[in-house]
Amino acid sequence: MKEVDEAVQEILTEIFSTALVASALRLGTPLILATVGEIYAQRSGVLNLGVEGMMIVGALVGFIGVNITGNPWMGILLAALCGGAMSLIHAFLSITTRSDQVISGFALSIFGIGVTSYIGKKWIGMAAEAGFYPIYIRGLSDLPIVGPILFSQNVLVYLAFFIVAVSSWILFKTRIGLIIRAVGENPEAADILGVNVYLTRYLCVFFGGIMAGIAGAYLSLAYTRQWVELMTAGRGWIAIALVIFGMWNPVWSFAGSLFFGVIDSFQLRLQAVGIGIPYNLLMMMPYVLTILALSSISTTALAKKIGAPTALLTPYVRGEKT
Amino acid sequence: MVANDHVDFDLREGEIHGLLGENGAGKTTLMKILYGLYQPDEGYILLRGKRFTSNSPKEAIRNGIGFVQQHFSLVPSFDAVENVMIGLKSAGLFSQNVEEVRSKIAELSEKYGLKVDSQTKIWQLSVGEQQRVEIIKALCMGTRALILDEPTSVLTPQETVKLFETLRLMVKQGFSIVFITHKLEEVMSVADRITVLRAGKVVFTCNKDETNKAELARMMVGREVIFRPEREELGKGKVILEVKDLHALNDKGLEALRGVSLYVRQGEILGIAGVAGNGQSELAEVITGLRKASGGKVFLKGQDITGCSPRERIDLGLAHIPEDRVNIGLVTSMSVLENLILKNYRSSDFNRGLFIDRQAVEHFCDRLISSFNIMTPARDTPVKLLSGGNQQRLLLAREISASPEVLVAVHPTSGLDVGATEYIQRMLLEQRRRGVAILLISEDLDEIMALSDRIAVMYQGKIVGTVEAKAAQREEVGLMMAGGK
Repeated sequence: MKEVDEAVQEILTEIFSTALVASALRLGTPLILATVGEIYAQRSGVLNLGVEGMMIVGALVGFIGVNITGNPWMGILLAALCGGAMSLIHAFLSITTRSDQVISGFALSIFGIGVTSYIGKKWIGMAAEAGFYPIYIRGLSDLPIVGPILFSQNVLVYLAFFIVAVSSWILFKTRIGLIIRAVGENPEAADILGVNVYLTRYLCVFFGGIMAGIAGAYLSLAYTRQWVELMTAGRGWIAIALVIFGMWNPVWSFAGSLFFGVIDSFQLRLQAVGIGIPYNLLMMMPYVLTILALSSISTTALAKKIGAPTALLTPYVRGEKT
Repeated sequence: MVANDHVDFDLREGEIHGLLGENGAGKTTLMKILYGLYQPDEGYILLRGKRFTSNSPKEAIRNGIGFVQQHFSLVPSFDAVENVMIGLKSAGLFSQNVEEVRSKIAELSEKYGLKVDSQTKIWQLSVGEQQRVEIIKALCMGTRALILDEPTSVLTPQETVKLFETLRLMVKQGFSIVFITHKLEEVMSVADRITVLRAGKVVFTCNKDETNKAELARMMVGREVIFRPEREELGKGKVILEVKDLHALNDKGLEALRGVSLYVRQGEILGIAGVAGNGQSELAEVITGLRKASGGKVFLKGQDITGCSPRERIDLGLAHIPEDRVNIGLVTSMSVLENLILKNYRSSDFNRGLFIDRQAVEHFCDRLISSFNIMTPARDTPVKLLSGGNQQRLLLAREISASPEVLVAVHPTSGLDVGATEYIQRMLLEQRRRGVAILLISEDLDEIMALSDRIAVMYQGKIVGTVEAKAAQREEVGLMMAGGK
């Protein structure tokens, strides 16, 4: 009996450690990056379901870029540009040609997964030439508990923190944020006041694409430092769900991303000590969450309650009553 | 379609220019061109003698033109300050100089008598207050020429008077104002000059002092107009529709009806007056079964129908002309014929076994088209291709053809031109003569006063007073609409 207790004790300490929290941050970062980008797009009234596709393309492009140039920042830059370029396809379809946002975003995701599986074949199994490694700050990194959690992360983790802080300032404290939110709530009101509704939406969607691209590159350059087919594993869908459950607020979505980071690393640890949660169950989770999130915004009453941008999913046409 | 056909229009400094015309005459289109929302195919605009091309609202704003649309363009989840900030270029992209804007708003609201609460979210403000926010917004953008599109359609008579005072004050300060309306009294009481548009053409421009209501009406409609519909006295019938202490929630989950009680007799029109958003829509929906009551009861011919489905109510003789004829009243992508039998396709007259008796339906449909004067190219024309007036005739034809005993009509003439309005009002009065109990909900106080036997005024989810229409004073009703009694 006593032996069992000890064994349980050992497992618990192994699971709930500073290492768990530190790795939760690492695993939460790609979600944070993608989520914040998507918040901009949705706040301006455009739902982009292509996050998963833009992320996976970002992961592959970042990886290839690093292996060609040898510079991790070049990898990030290329990934950001590719994510951005893909988002412009969605922007063109949903803003200019006013097609169904759900369909064009979804198509983007399918496209991204397909094209990376094809192009990425010859890069499988290779290690990245360079990548992002945890930094070491003398003194700070050696501190107990906070050291490994806060001061021994890679640069992109800090970038994510920074972007969350700046974004919540921009969205809620500046006139740009006011314009973005106005365009997502009542584009006509913004138009009447001389705001370029189309440009605003394009830029927001573009920024979302950039962030999704970087989030993908994070996976292949900072988290694993290799290219694995389908390596995003539904994180793009989780990001969309987090935008909605975080009620379009970067801070809440940040908290949600960390929560998912904890679950993710917890699950890895459970596997390590031999307690396996059925793999398929975990695989399913992103999609279940996305379904829940999307059904909540398509239920008008519920969408209103959680504060969904009123013009989300609605293309703007000047002079047409909404 | 040509909405504006070679229109000449000029606005002078320091004048209120009334732009008069029926719905669809092209008033709004003309102003949207001025504001850069639409582009003209031909012709040009001069601003202080210089050629001015207005490609976007941005250009118009820069040149001091402001536009308050009929359907307000405010962000409901923002407060007044935030709504102003959106367009305030001078504030810069990053700063949010909230306090400065707030005091600017306070200053303008003081100066022009535009009372607003700049701390409250727009959706919680009354419609009149929202309109004042719109005007202030335009002023903050540096407007010198203000276009107001049907500004009084959402106001109580008292608020209208207030608005006119504000406009007078602004004009004295050198502002120029275009006042769009289809109401003759208003244009006569506030405008300096008047331009009448009919079917996209300017038919008439003159100083107010040189014309009169009758002439304007003739210009507007193109023929003589009878102002008051004929209404004969009928004896008191028995009560058919009765509502007792009705409560219901609106879409936001707030209490929209807070204990409404009323009754309508046979052959009587009960008019419900009130400013939009005081529970009238919810009342109609609860009576017709489209919204659940959270308390209270509805009786039809003495029978409790509170829990009945809309179909059970229809079978009991309830007809409904909904507020939103396009989305709720009709299926606009379906044909005239299909829309006409939407309600009674189940009737044995129209069925042969499992199938619809095409011949019987066509016969029925042709009869209604001709007796209600529905202008349609064919029975199979999709309803969305008909004009608003014809859509309403069709809706009325369908509802009346079921020989109802109670008719709930919500804004039956809104958005219709004078001709169609006259027709619909005549039909309502004819139904009254037939002994139908009619609950008429309208924002047009004149319509209510002209058609009703009794007038009940709704304010904040309650009936605040009921008066006999014959003895009713406009001012008295207006005061009740504003919650003043």
